[in-house]
Amino acid sequence: MNATTDKTASTASQLSSGARLAGGAQQKLLAFASLIALVIGFSLASPNFFQVSNIMAILQATSVNGVLAVAATAVILTGGIDLSIGTLMTFCAVVAGVVLTWGGLPLPLGLLAAIGAGALVGLASGTFVARMKIPPFIATLGMMLVLKGLSLIITGAKPIYFNDTPGYTEISQGSLIGLVIPALPVPNGVLVLFLVALAMAFVLSRTVLGRYTYALGSNEEAVRLSGVNTNAWKMAVYALAGGICGIAGILISSRLNSAQPALGLGYELDAIAAVVIGGTSLAGGRGTVLGTLIGALIMSVLTNGLRILSVAPEWQTVVTGAIIILAVYADQLRRQRG
Amino acid sequence: MITRRMILGTLSAAALLASTGFSLAQDKMYIPLVSKGFQHQFWQAVKAGADKAAAEFGVEVTFEGPDNETMVDRQIDMLSAALAKKPAAIGFAALDSQAAIPLLKQAEAAKIPVIAFDSGVDSDIPAATAATDNKAAAALAAEKMAALIGDEGEVALVVHDQTSRTGVDRRDGFVEWIAANKPKIQIVAIEYGGGDHLKSTEITKTLLQAHPNLKGIFGSNEGSAIGVANGARESGKKVVIIGYDSGAAQKQAIRDGLMAGAITQNPVGIGYETVKAAVMAAKGEPIVPTIDTGFYFYDKSNIDSPEIAAVLYD
Repeated sequence: MNATTDKTASTASQLSSGARLAGGAQQKLLAFASLIALVIGFSLASPNFFQVSNIMAILQATSVNGVLAVAATAVILTGGIDLSIGTLMTFCAVVAGVVLTWGGLPLPLGLLAAIGAGALVGLASGTFVARMKIPPFIATLGMMLVLKGLSLIITGAKPIYFNDTPGYTEISQGSLIGLVIPALPVPNGVLVLFLVALAMAFVLSRTVLGRYTYALGSNEEAVRLSGVNTNAWKMAVYALAGGICGIAGILISSRLNSAQPALGLGYELDAIAAVVIGGTSLAGGRGTVLGTLIGALIMSVLTNGLRILSVAPEWQTVVTGAIIILAVYADQLRRQRG
Repeated sequence: MITRRMILGTLSAAALLASTGFSLAQDKMYIPLVSKGFQHQFWQAVKAGADKAAAEFGVEVTFEGPDNETMVDRQIDMLSAALAKKPAAIGFAALDSQAAIPLLKQAEAAKIPVIAFDSGVDSDIPAATAATDNKAAAALAAEKMAALIGDEGEVALVVHDQTSRTGVDRRDGFVEWIAANKPKIQIVAIEYGGGDHLKSTEITKTLLQAHPNLKGIFGSNEGSAIGVANGARESGKKVVIIGYDSGAAQKQAIRDGLMAGAITQNPVGIGYETVKAAVMAAKGEPIVPTIDTGFYFYDKSNIDSPEIAAVLYD
């Protein structure tokens, strides 16, 4: 996770967006091929796998992890890591519950509060990392625990239900697309995931913030020496990631019609696994949102398919772990050759 | 500089403290409860029962437990910290009773009575055990399930975990009763969701996909049961759901008819009986070694009856 290791030589080429996209395209292709192979394999193995209802279930199962993985991608691209995303998601769900159920305020305010709380906490983590020079792993580990505790304290260790907020469950479970095209009942949660991913892809590839995100992960020192306020940009990235965790918090609480204060721990690892499977380097500077999306889909397809095939639960986890290692190894091989 | 007077003073103060400490201990007994968890509503209800008994018997009770039911090491740390405070008695809900044996021996040597709660400990050290007979309770769930699906067809289980005593007992209680009594019912899948609402939801949707003829699903604790109900609702498939424990969401699912019914334990009773037995053991009074705190099956028809409503929690 040290940004200034062995990449100084390649910084120039990595900073040129042409080279980055070419490398990215190849790595997405590999991940995408694995995804297709998995889908074909499971479809051949069981007639129950490739059906509209199951594909929708897989997409729905990807939504929360996918949104968290998009948040994690931004931070990992800077060469950092955010371990607090799982419990931050829960914290934001609790904030939404406090505003909507306890405060009785209108729905948009609750959503804004959740996203705003996420961004503020992200900004705090970013400050710890950028200004106070606490290693990201430690700063966000601390934040993970702080948030977990706060969620329990605020709620008194009891879930907050959204029964008084009509339409709250529709955010994740309803289907706007299904209203227009009845044959394609894509849940809104999936729509949200794709919008978030699209927005993040735009930020990363078309904005100054995106360019600095990659640059920070490639060679932070070089960026700083060229007169850029690296601290401010880094804090912005953590705040952006935090805001996205707020969206994940809305999705999961909408799905469960409740903010469950005890959930969240462990979700960060699934998200980071999706990022890594998608070809993003944990050392920073290299990776794409599309890759992450594919990584998250690979994980849900795998979990779903193994269950459909009635593979014993213990073996499901073994296989998932092995796939993560294989995916990253394949990526390493390709890069050594290239 | 240390003078003789200071030493004498310290000694007499210590003696004074020791004597008042002793009388204090008799006035207000300290009884720590080391639980399997803390955050789930079930444990909050156990704690409420313990607090009620504490107020009634005039003792001081603390209640703590690890984040989830796999953290055996964390719980052992809590138990050893609790023992170090030399309590009058201790309540303990073992995650892994074998792992706790050395500490329980230590308690025995220090003459601190141990009351096991929620699930038993494979040892004769605890003076009493206040628990639900989980196997019998899950067998009752199986019996209700069989009746609701017409004694034949495919059934699946979503269990909270595969290592804890309650997870194993509820799974085995259900499976064994079906195997022994209803040969025409096949158990086609047993999945583990860690009691996580979202994971249990995804599991259920996949199960319904993988087994189109599934007629019933048993969710083995609050999180699992809510997950099963969510998954069935999202899939839009009709399936008989039997849950476990209560909580606002599960009660609502039963009222709405989404869930056929659930087993409830008596968590408040577990907490209350544990503290009561601990107080009696600390005073050297005789206690019953096995306190069955009971369980009930509830559905739409009896959810509001006083007997059931008293043991349900939100």
